[in-house]
Amino acid sequence: MADLIPDLGAAAGWLPLVFMIVMGLAILAYVVLDGYDLGVGLLIALATDAEKDTMIASIGPFWDANETWLVLGVGILLVAFPYAHGMVLGALYLPVAVMLIGLTLRGVAFDFRVKAQAHHKVLWNRAFVAGSLLAALAQGYMLGRLVTGFDDDGWSRAFAALIAVCLASGYAMLGATWLVLKTDGGLQRRAIAWARRSVLLLALGVAAVSAATPLVSREIFEKWFGLQNLIVLWPIPVMTGVFFFIAYRALRRLPLRLDNDNNYGDWVPFATTIGIFGMAFHGLAYSLFPYIVLNRMTIWEAAAAPESLMFILVGTLLVLPVNVGYTIYAYRVFRGKTRELTYY
Amino acid sequence: MNDVLLLSRLQFAANISFHILFPMISIALAWVLLFFKWRHNRTGDPRWMGAYRLWVKVFALTFALGVVSGITMSFQFGTNWPGFMETVGNIAGPLLAYEVLTAFFLEATFLGIMLFGFNRVSNRMHTVATLLVAIGTSLSAFWILALISWMHTPAGFEMRDGVAHAVDWWAVIFNPSFPYRFVHTLLASFLTVAFLLAGLSAFRISRGDETPAARSALRVGVIMASVFAPLQIAAGDLHGLNTLEHQPAKVAAMEALWESRAGAPLVLFALPDDERRENRFALEVPYGAALILRHDPDGELSGIDRFPDAAPPVAPVFWAFRIMVGTGLLMLAVAWAAAWQLRRRRSVSATTRRLLTWMTFSGWVGVLTGWYTTEIGRQPFLVQGVLRTADAVTTVPAGNVAVTLAGYLVLYAVLIIAYVSVVFHLARQASTADAKRGEPKAHGPAVLPSQLAGEHAHG
Ligand code: HDD
Ligand code: HEM
Ligand code: HEM
Repeated sequence: MADLIPDLGAAAGWLPLVFMIVMGLAILAYVVLDGYDLGVGLLIALATDAEKDTMIASIGPFWDANETWLVLGVGILLVAFPYAHGMVLGALYLPVAVMLIGLTLRGVAFDFRVKAQAHHKVLWNRAFVAGSLLAALAQGYMLGRLVTGFDDDGWSRAFAALIAVCLASGYAMLGATWLVLKTDGGLQRRAIAWARRSVLLLALGVAAVSAATPLVSREIFEKWFGLQNLIVLWPIPVMTGVFFFIAYRALRRLPLRLDNDNNYGDWVPFATTIGIFGMAFHGLAYSLFPYIVLNRMTIWEAAAAPESLMFILVGTLLVLPVNVGYTIYAYRVFRGKTRELTYY
Repeated sequence: MNDVLLLSRLQFAANISFHILFPMISIALAWVLLFFKWRHNRTGDPRWMGAYRLWVKVFALTFALGVVSGITMSFQFGTNWPGFMETVGNIAGPLLAYEVLTAFFLEATFLGIMLFGFNRVSNRMHTVATLLVAIGTSLSAFWILALISWMHTPAGFEMRDGVAHAVDWWAVIFNPSFPYRFVHTLLASFLTVAFLLAGLSAFRISRGDETPAARSALRVGVIMASVFAPLQIAAGDLHGLNTLEHQPAKVAAMEALWESRAGAPLVLFALPDDERRENRFALEVPYGAALILRHDPDGELSGIDRFPDAAPPVAPVFWAFRIMVGTGLLMLAVAWAAAWQLRRRRSVSATTRRLLTWMTFSGWVGVLTGWYTTEIGRQPFLVQGVLRTADAVTTVPAGNVAVTLAGYLVLYAVLIIAYVSVVFHLARQASTADAKRGEPKAHGPAVLPSQLAGEHAHG
């Protein structure tokens, strides 16, 4: 592996590494942020009409900005790694189209459902759920394809399908725990029940993926289970387990506290779910590095010219902190339990 | 031409045509909303709040469509045109990155506060959020148009081993056609919104809704249209002269000029025949083109014959250009007629109202045909003189491109129909609501008590 990494002292060495980290963080931010609103989209299928309105109100001010992280993630892929960009998106042509159609349906249904003629509302609600489901499944499938280096045999595709279901349940869990945090009353109770179901599903999924990975990718298997690696890596599975445990326990205890009108700890399930996603992501990044397309192209082979990367880096360092700052501000403006959305 | 190339072109054209419809409304509408809000802050007159109330909904809907179709756009480069990023990625990449960093995050984040934050932040902060959204949309136009313009008039770069490298970012961004295209496109956005405002308000008034909100919106629309229509024609003329200097093949196609000559006529109508390289049924004004483009009846113009193997198809460029110019002239005539009536009798006649209603979405016609002129006129190049379209296309199987194209087309048809009908539905609903202002609507947002009082007093 060491021979794949060039001299990191030179600009052509460290710049791609920096952009790989920024891209990773952008994608993680996307997965967590859009993950919870796609998850809420999935759960809409289970909710009553009144609940639907509150659930959508809880994501209303945020979903657009959440999706912008996807634009940034794919933007960096396009900008910093132009040679991989074509290869990745070419290989993922169909799932990308499915995801885009899903995201389109979801994004517009959001607005149409309250503005269209009343009798169309049911249709737009369905489009909302269908769009969220398509997008979640397509993203999981793409992830699975990426991990297997776009191998085309049946096993790899089945593996990708497994990851698709897993990611969708992960999103459902993010969505449910978000609702636990942002709602109250009956809906909050229902969200706790949804979260408890999806936590099990997600745990099953994570276990299945861990078991299946060695079957579909020798390289990843060796990377993880070589002895000296195991010593360095054990915190990842252990932390994941701890997060699962805390989430599960919090979901068990919350209803008792809520009976006493005590909302203390309603943020714990959401925070630990983010932790689980963070760990999974960390493991994934470790598995792939230093490749951007597994076994085919390293990040240095894919990178754009150093002077272009430098030009963007300056902007990124200046602007991204500001973006993060006003994102936090926006979340503060809409903090607390969700109220009905009004335009004026 | 191979199937993948043709299908990818169709797919790109479908996606970008769909996308551009919505930015063209949201860019200018953001500034108009800011104007409504500013008037209301200044005067306390509830009519401006009434206008804001309807148009902020249209804005939210438009913005959502713009965002989701824009996300599709950002994947199109990789899925369909991998050769584009591989060849000019060093230029295109940073411009796109700056658009995401400086514009998209700004507009998307403050949109939440602008739309739903009215009761959560101070009025001043809400105005600031509206301003930031408006700046964000215009800024994204700035970056993307810098890129598009660079594809037409590349500058500030050098080729090394077949890959473009930037040598002067200032020259890349402010490339020769950028100022013209930026001004012309922004004006197009303001015209589109002017006719949307005027058309929808005329529709409301024709249905008997004579509220101050509807009349003020009509006024604003008509005034905007009558100021911007002539400016747009002037900007378009200058843009054309700039194109003549940098992309003469495109101008030859726009004017359907097959043979280079002095004193070329202005072709008003013709059926250009790309096979036989001549115009059928031509209706011409002698020396017209030479006069417009060279300011000299004996001026010399290059024809298609000067660009063997590098000239665009003539008929679509010629027709798209004529439809755009026709739209511009029609807009000017209607806007001035309506403005004159407003001045004379403080209202517009029923006929003019009907005309305006019909022209509610006329901006879209001008915008699309304008882009077709520009983009088809650049063929066979993707980046003028640097990269041919055929060399950038993807290698995925044609079947995949065809299936996804069909999917997009169905989706877009449904969404355009839904959008237009919902915009009119919102106008009708606003009329009904204004008629009995004061009663909170079923889904309707809580109205501030102070506004309610104000509306009663004036309503
Ligand atoms: C003249 C203006 C203009 C032009 C030519 C384009 N766009 Fe656009 N775009 C906008 C003006 C705009 C906008 C006004 O800023 C939008 C519309 C609604 C919105 O959210 O921002 C937008 C949204 C928008 C978004 C969603 C941003 C978000 O999440 O907030 C993306 C990813 C793109 N665009 C990408 C593109 C690409 C790849 C284009 C060309 C190939 C393109 N746009 C042409
Ligand atoms: C009647 C006067 C008009 C003239 C003379 C004119 C001229 C032009 C020219 C020459 C171009 C091609 C630029 C190129 O070479 O790439 C163009 C493009 C364009 N036009 Fe117009 N135009 C007019 C009216 C309009 C109107 C009314 C609209 C829309 C409401 C419009 C929207 C556009 C757009 C969006 C483009 C593509 C972007 C660009 O290249 O600027 N135009 N116009
Ligand atoms: C909003 C702005 C744009 C509009 C409305 C627009 C419109 C069009 C249209 C109508 C075509 C079809 C031309 C044909 O089939 O002959 C086209 C082609 C194309 N344009 Fe643009 N375009 C826009 C911006 C861009 C940008 C930013 C890029 C950046 C890479 C781009 C790259 C292309 C490509 C790759 C094609 C396909 C090849 C072809 O020209 O046929 N366009 N565009």
